[in-house]
Amino acid sequence: MTDTPRNQQQEGELATGREEPAVRVVDVTMDFAGGVRALEDVSFALPKGELTSIIGPSGCGKTTTLKIIAGLIQPTSGDVLVDGSSVMGPGPERAMVFQDFALMPWATVLRNAAFGLELRGVPRREREATAREYIAKMNLTGFEDSYPHQLSGGMRQRVGLARALAVDADILLMDEPFASVDEQIRRKFQEDLLELLSGENKTVIFVTHSIEEAVYVSDQVVIMSRGPGRVSNVVRPGIDREGGSDQIRRSPEYLDWVERIWVELRDYLEQ
Amino acid sequence: MTLGGYKIPIAFSLLVWCLVWEVVGRLGLISLIPPFTEVLGAMPEVMGSASFVEAAAITFQAYGIGMALSLTIGIGLGILMGRVRAIGELMGMWVNIFESSPLTAVVPALIALLGFGLSTMIVTVFVFSVWVIALDAQVGVERVNPSLVEMSRSFGASKRDLYVKILFFAALPELLAGIRLGLIRGLKGVIIGQLLIAVVGMGYLFELYSRSFLMAEFWALLIVVFASAFLASEAVAYFERKVSYYATAR
Amino acid sequence: MPSFVPVRVVRAVTDPRTLRVLSVLVVLALWEWAGRVPISPAFPSFSQTMAAFGEMLVDGTFLDAYSETIPPLVVGVLLTGLGGVLAGIVMGLSPRAEWFGLPVFIVLQASPSAAIVPLITFVYGIGFAAKVFAVVLLSAPVIVLNSYRGITNTPRSLLEMSDAFLANRWQRIWKIVLPAGSGLIFAGLRLGLAQGFTGAVLAELIITPTGVGDLITFYRAQSAYPYMFAAILSIILFASISVTLLQRLEQRIFRPEMRAT
Repeated sequence: MTDTPRNQQQEGELATGREEPAVRVVDVTMDFAGGVRALEDVSFALPKGELTSIIGPSGCGKTTTLKIIAGLIQPTSGDVLVDGSSVMGPGPERAMVFQDFALMPWATVLRNAAFGLELRGVPRREREATAREYIAKMNLTGFEDSYPHQLSGGMRQRVGLARALAVDADILLMDEPFASVDEQIRRKFQEDLLELLSGENKTVIFVTHSIEEAVYVSDQVVIMSRGPGRVSNVVRPGIDREGGSDQIRRSPEYLDWVERIWVELRDYLEQ
Repeated sequence: MTLGGYKIPIAFSLLVWCLVWEVVGRLGLISLIPPFTEVLGAMPEVMGSASFVEAAAITFQAYGIGMALSLTIGIGLGILMGRVRAIGELMGMWVNIFESSPLTAVVPALIALLGFGLSTMIVTVFVFSVWVIALDAQVGVERVNPSLVEMSRSFGASKRDLYVKILFFAALPELLAGIRLGLIRGLKGVIIGQLLIAVVGMGYLFELYSRSFLMAEFWALLIVVFASAFLASEAVAYFERKVSYYATAR
Repeated sequence: MPSFVPVRVVRAVTDPRTLRVLSVLVVLALWEWAGRVPISPAFPSFSQTMAAFGEMLVDGTFLDAYSETIPPLVVGVLLTGLGGVLAGIVMGLSPRAEWFGLPVFIVLQASPSAAIVPLITFVYGIGFAAKVFAVVLLSAPVIVLNSYRGITNTPRSLLEMSDAFLANRWQRIWKIVLPAGSGLIFAGLRLGLAQGFTGAVLAELIITPTGVGDLITFYRAQSAYPYMFAAILSIILFASISVTLLQRLEQRIFRPEMRAT
């Protein structure tokens, strides 16, 4: 169960072709001050156009890994390659969605959604038009002039999503985006996310706690263990997405995958 | 701040300022400011003098009694204001008004009523410090998580238990903040009171030194007073830091 | 509550505004009583004080006094406001400035800087400049430290977000750090105003016999206690009203939901 991606037999489907992966994480090790080793020799690849989840117990370094890919943290050793070149910091080809939404409470929904474009110097009229487009895609039309405190958690996260999509980055980084959202809404969000991404060719990396969520949305799941954080397995659920979401969530294939990943995580929890 | 690779603690910047003081003093740029070393030299003289001992004694007395009063009444009032909404509404207005008023203006009235002695100083300390103590105590008690109160009741806590075991600790961070501010304001009060009374205490000494243009002595006394204020404030801040581990998780 | 008291009445009595009005009336009644006893020959009753107040209002005494007190106060607070906020912001943004400045202001804030006021006359005489200096001396530490705290308390989440979306240094400061800190900065200005009043009064009582402070000293020397109390009352009221107005403004502009911290 400790295959590394380089010599692994991909389960469920053949590995994607010879195309250079959008993101390649290579032997990343992360030590924090005080001698805490958060990550050790983490390696995996994100194929272009696919959605990869990172799942694992609390403290396994999922969010740290995401932030390293985002360029917000520099790893102690190892490398992250985006389209073949090393990551030195944040870049226009990567956009992030935050777990606690990270909206500016003093700004309207419109300004928050347009913020990524504002920072890039896009003129006001243009960036507001783009922002409105994505606000509409998020079904938030009518709330452009509202403030974050007037919105529910789910709505706030949709603004965060609109902001990340508006900059039209190739790579979308999502840090437990639906964790702070109601359970009922969460499922809807997962379905909506898939629908949203179906037209685009974005590469998405998605950190989550929930196995069901990971299996539902992902093409590939990176399973991490903790103490220190390591990649324990990379699997490709490859579930059949025909049929409605309810069908999918009850299909034996789906449930099998959830069970398999759960068993694997449980083994590491008990170690 | 780093120098040659070593991180210098921020407290050392005060030493740098002392150095600047020395240079300014030696250059004679401002007649009011003698070199730092001269000020240091005057310190044992000042602190050893009979007038200093007398002034310190009376200042300590006034400050001690005044603060004891304002702490007991302030904390008591604050807790009452926090627990009983009606009292909070009633007294809250007054506490807020006085907390941000130039109470210095009241001191002449106190002098007229109580004379030029100890009682005026005690009342001044009280009047300067009690409001912020009460206000912060009120806030601390109001902010106590209702679940903690319900929890203690459900386990059969008596009223005394509630106050001593739960409310006191839950409100402690704000209480300590209020006490620290109260100590600072009380000290300001005793000095201002003495400056206005002008014939006793540190205020008298400050007036004396500045009138006679004994600048080294003046600054030496100032450093002593400022250092005491800072130490008292840091002493309470130390306790604040000790409880800060749970302050945000309440 | 006894059942024969209608709920309407109970609600009216415990309504905060009623309570406040009641408490004011109680205090005034106590004051009047204390003045009539009298608890001290130097303690005038409320009515005596109000009579004196009215007189000074009408005959222009207050007008003259405040025209001497207010200008240095305003100038001092504006100076400290602009300079202090700037200093606090610089200290928050630059580790070097912080290293040099922070301990000084922390010590100044804890200390009774009032002790320095008598010295002011040696440098600034007994005029306008002296009063301005006293105002600046007393209000600077709180304004600087509040601005500093406003800058250094920016929520990490927002800073990360702006980094992730490629904000450069100036964008970060201008669009995130300053708006997030503006609440504390404004609170500092309000506290600075309150301290400024103290500085002005202190200067007028100790070094330069002008304005409201002089009224207080003068009437005390004359044993004209109703007038003295009226003068004291006037400055307390004036300060409270100004600071409260500023607080209302602060609450309107910096509504809690819109604050980052």
